[in-house]
Amino acid sequence: MDALFSQLFAGLSLGSVLLLAALGLALTFGQMGVINMAHGELMMAGAYTAYVVQGVVGDAGVSLLVSLVIGFLVGGLIGLLLEVTLLSRMHRRPLDTLLVTWGVALVLQQLARDVFGAPNVDVRAPQWLSGAVQVFGIGMPKTRLFILLVAIVCVTALALVLRLTPLGRQIRATVQNRDLAETTGISTRATDRLTFFIGSGVAGVAGVTLTLLGSIGPTLGTAYIVDAFLVVVAGGIGQLKGTVIAAFALGLLQASIEYSTTTSIAKVLVFVAIVAFLQARPQGLVAMRTRSLA
Amino acid sequence: MSAQLATARERLLAGGRARTLGGFGIAAVLLFGVAPAALSDFRLNLLAKFLCLAMVAVGIGLAWGRGGMLTLGQGVYFGLGGYLMAMHLKLADAGPGGVPDFMLLYGDGTVPGWWEPFRSPVVTILAIVVVPVLVATGLGWAVFSRRVRGAYFAILSQALAAAFAILLIGQQKVTGGTNGLNGFRSFFGFDLADPVNKRMLFFIAAGTLLVMVAVVRRLMVSRFGELLVAVRDQENRVRFLGYDPAKVKVVAYAVAAAFAGIGGALFVPIVGIISPADVGVVPSIAFLVGVAIGGRATLLGPVLGAIAVSWAQTSLSESFPSMWIYFQGALFILVVAFLPGGLASLGAVWRRRRAGAEESGPATPPEPTPPDPTPPDDAVPAAPGDATTAPATSDSSAATAGRLP
Repeated sequence: MDALFSQLFAGLSLGSVLLLAALGLALTFGQMGVINMAHGELMMAGAYTAYVVQGVVGDAGVSLLVSLVIGFLVGGLIGLLLEVTLLSRMHRRPLDTLLVTWGVALVLQQLARDVFGAPNVDVRAPQWLSGAVQVFGIGMPKTRLFILLVAIVCVTALALVLRLTPLGRQIRATVQNRDLAETTGISTRATDRLTFFIGSGVAGVAGVTLTLLGSIGPTLGTAYIVDAFLVVVAGGIGQLKGTVIAAFALGLLQASIEYSTTTSIAKVLVFVAIVAFLQARPQGLVAMRTRSLA
Repeated sequence: MSAQLATARERLLAGGRARTLGGFGIAAVLLFGVAPAALSDFRLNLLAKFLCLAMVAVGIGLAWGRGGMLTLGQGVYFGLGGYLMAMHLKLADAGPGGVPDFMLLYGDGTVPGWWEPFRSPVVTILAIVVVPVLVATGLGWAVFSRRVRGAYFAILSQALAAAFAILLIGQQKVTGGTNGLNGFRSFFGFDLADPVNKRMLFFIAAGTLLVMVAVVRRLMVSRFGELLVAVRDQENRVRFLGYDPAKVKVVAYAVAAAFAGIGGALFVPIVGIISPADVGVVPSIAFLVGVAIGGRATLLGPVLGAIAVSWAQTSLSESFPSMWIYFQGALFILVVAFLPGGLASLGAVWRRRRAGAEESGPATPPEPTPPDPTPPDDAVPAAPGDATTAPATSDSSAATAGRLP
């Protein structure tokens, strides 16, 4: 029973990290078809933001909360810059955006290496996040619970924005039918920019939370980008629901296979599972219903 | 569109034949005569390594440039070929019934059963082609027949590369882990320390690459090649005509995989090591850099691009490692964003600019697979270079043959 619960927790924890990493991707990929390979580097930027803020503020607790906000802004602004300078010129070439953003990722990684040095750096976790909470006889590290909480807050906030605000309506309209949205007076250009800002900002937040899990380095993002994309593919585009379910499903699957085999075997089996799943649902878990040809 | 294709084909078949033969002649003289005479043994070995990478690029040119399948996982097939060859070399070095050195170090000192067949050179050479083709056919069929394409396919192929590298690292007992397989002494009985045998390897690589280019040229001018381009540009129309686009795509993808496997297999004796660092996500995308810069849809663009980028990397990254990465990133961004046809399209772009100076259409036509929602299927993207925008001189039809849609 204990084993089951600890598996469940490990899966939920991994799922929350995947969700944070994939949330922004799902948003930008869903709306603009842009495959942002630099998304991992935006997370890396968020993580280094936490490092810098801690150097300035000093107190670990205050700096964590402050860097969640600043990380969002830093990630968002870098993303916005990327959108305005490069991606807006490539609207009809989604596959090429993948390559361009990979070039951007290369440059950002090297930039981090030159500014902060190649060795990993550590960000201290605050006192109130040390230790673990005992539930059902298993220890849940408070840092992991905090990440789960941040993921839930981000998803809820994003869902509320999408459902209740004018911006959310514009985003949903653009995702469903870009041309029709444009004809009804929505500036899809402005919507794109805002979407990209928010999506990249969430990546920054994800990066800040990752500092709680270990030391950070210039290649932090590359460890998460592939899994994050798999979440988006399995979840389907256009709705947050699919991304949330897919993130936790993949987290649980990975954790439970890891338990009985090894991490490397688990990665391969998860990949096979996703390809098999796409046989049944080629457009992912939650597909947008359109009349266009598949 | 079909008229353009027809003229392009005729040109390639008739007018192009003499030129192609001439091109092959020049390439053969350069590779077999000039390079061995002009380059030191060290440089020649480097060039041999670049030729192996160019083999992967030829395949990518076919699958991505002509077929529109952005494959981010060619490292997998490169690695499969490389590791199969490396396994054979390790077993051959260990002698009949012997155990490779790293297995004594990390493992329990016995050769696992699935390694045993690769003691045979024949089995190894067959497997180097067959295994990548089987993996590519399996994945390709599963994906393409369900009409998973575009970005989804790219992401899946990338995930395959990530999973493959992680698997190799995790199974240190049988794959050498992070260190990979290295320290080979002989190649099918030839001593690898002997410079003469190193030269022989260069000639093998050069010959193989020429054969591959010839094969791809044959495919490009064949009916299959036209079908492949048609699938790239308007997959649904091809389906309505009664063809199965999945089959066309699988064939191109499998050919690319086979080329990558052979490239990987030759890479091993030439470079002397294969490790997860040669097959993962990053090297897999790096294969694309040369292809994109050279010109993805052309015959020779990928080859020359791959060789040039590898050469630049070797010579620049030694002295300025940091500068090289900025340079590589910037070059990649600029070429893909502003010159999607690669350097091979520079001439065509310039001619188009001059021909249609007053026409304000985009310099690069839209990608064949537009984002969801798809536009009406009968809306053919207006391609600059259509008869309406530019006079169809023989030059512009040559550009059409290698141009993006």
